[in-house]
Amino acid sequence: MATVTGLPNPSLALGASRANVPGESKPLPGAEVPPRLKISKLNFFYGAKQALFEVDLNIATNRVTALIGPSGCGKSTFLRTLNRMQETIRHTRMEGQILLDDQDVLQMDVVSLRRRVGMVFQRPNPFPKSIFENVAYGLRVNGWKGNLREAVEHSLNRAALWDEVKDSLHKSAYALSGGQQQRLCIARALAVDPEVLLLDEPCSALDPVTTAKIEELLFHLKESCTIAIVTHNMQQAARTSDFTAFMLDGKLIEFNPTSQLFTTPADPRTEAYITGRFG
Amino acid sequence: MSVRTIWRKSVNVVMLSLTGACAALTMGFLFFILGYLVYHGGKDLSWNFFTKLPTPVGETGGGMANAIVGSAKLLFLASLIGVPIGFLGGVYLAEFGGRTFSFLVRYTTDLLNGVPSIVIGIFAYTVIVLPMHQFSTLAGGFALGVMMIPIAVRSTEEFLHAVPTSLREAAMALGASKWKTVATVVVPAAIRGIITGIMLDLARVAGETAPLLFTAFGNRFWSPGWLQPTASLPVVIYTYAISPYDDWHRQAWAAGLVLLGLVLFANIGARLILSRKTMLQRS
Repeated sequence: MATVTGLPNPSLALGASRANVPGESKPLPGAEVPPRLKISKLNFFYGAKQALFEVDLNIATNRVTALIGPSGCGKSTFLRTLNRMQETIRHTRMEGQILLDDQDVLQMDVVSLRRRVGMVFQRPNPFPKSIFENVAYGLRVNGWKGNLREAVEHSLNRAALWDEVKDSLHKSAYALSGGQQQRLCIARALAVDPEVLLLDEPCSALDPVTTAKIEELLFHLKESCTIAIVTHNMQQAARTSDFTAFMLDGKLIEFNPTSQLFTTPADPRTEAYITGRFG
Repeated sequence: MSVRTIWRKSVNVVMLSLTGACAALTMGFLFFILGYLVYHGGKDLSWNFFTKLPTPVGETGGGMANAIVGSAKLLFLASLIGVPIGFLGGVYLAEFGGRTFSFLVRYTTDLLNGVPSIVIGIFAYTVIVLPMHQFSTLAGGFALGVMMIPIAVRSTEEFLHAVPTSLREAAMALGASKWKTVATVVVPAAIRGIITGIMLDLARVAGETAPLLFTAFGNRFWSPGWLQPTASLPVVIYTYAISPYDDWHRQAWAAGLVLLGLVLFANIGARLILSRKTMLQRS
């Protein structure tokens, strides 16, 4: 894709008015990969309090993009603006532009947007229904016509859960372990076949073994899906992602290929964060 | 032991016995009432009590079949009015309401709950009995239905509030509209609690007498349809209890026992339903 002005540029200190120096802007990190989501000048407000400041970011197709940063830096808020979950909170306001395949997300019908941009939350949140009904839910509410059973099996397979639950599809989802529940939530999100999958700290409530399973799952999923993951765990970002964005106080500080960001961070604040000096 | 220690210990003993005695007394009242009812009304409870109409004064036998059916009809009508309004109002408060209007609704609901039942009876009398020129099951059911609304609203609201937000988010993130989320995820997750609340609500209005005195009025015979005056257990208890006949007194006791039995049954049933509410606890 073409170079875009106003994107995070490692050679520029944050706060410099990037838009005024278009000549200096370099190709976006990962410019060789077409972006699925293009976010520009995104501001977000909780009442009078601004939580995101002029965030510009591209989320590359069929890659994993990780968002890291200390608590309260706005990474979850940012993720939740991408499928407009954030507007369900009262007294919030969003400015800027988010393009999904060149369609303006803010103008789209929110139901079809959320069908295309799925989400997995921090804590496993299966519905108090059977395993089957959990996965079928998204298809049912979207009035999908087709073989429900096949679709459920396919999604559970994609989430690497089918073998563990195939004999207990009609048991309550609450009978599963935490890790299984989280994979069920991933299967549930995958059932409507989203183009983008947003994961909001999906492993923070899970043990290391289960976390490893989910990370492996992400690796396979990116063949068919574009993934954005918010994580507290820098090792997880380093292991799973192709690109990493570092955020601080609602601002995007640095956005680069993961290998580059973790080995040769361009911004001193990124370096301070990844070496554990704060956050 | 110093005087201080003795003083401290005796205060302790006194307070413990005082609070314990009051707690025991609370339980005592229920068991006393229950025992008294069983003692006086138990022997008049027979198959006839449930199947026969009342007999004229002086004749033995006879029952309260018409009052039992009348109460059932009144409660049915009350549910038709109170349950949908209360339930949907509660859903609105918990899921859709804005701040100001919700506050208003909640406050008004609490005030309605505090309106004396006799006043609600007068209201039903004015709105239904006067224009129709007769006492009726309809008027009584309406009065009880209005009485059901506030508790149904608040209990529905509370059980919906107990459903974690994460479930709502999960549904909406899958493309469910707000209404679909509520209908397919939130309400099913809380449905046991909601049903329990409504059962307790029904049990409460089942014993109301005042609003029925000049709406459903009373009837010595069967009340066909919905537009005739009808007998009901609480009103029959009232009229029989203030009558001068021993025979009627005994029957009033028996009717009281039946009514209390029904209320206890609803309460225990509700507890059982609630205690099985394990699906949600883990999240």
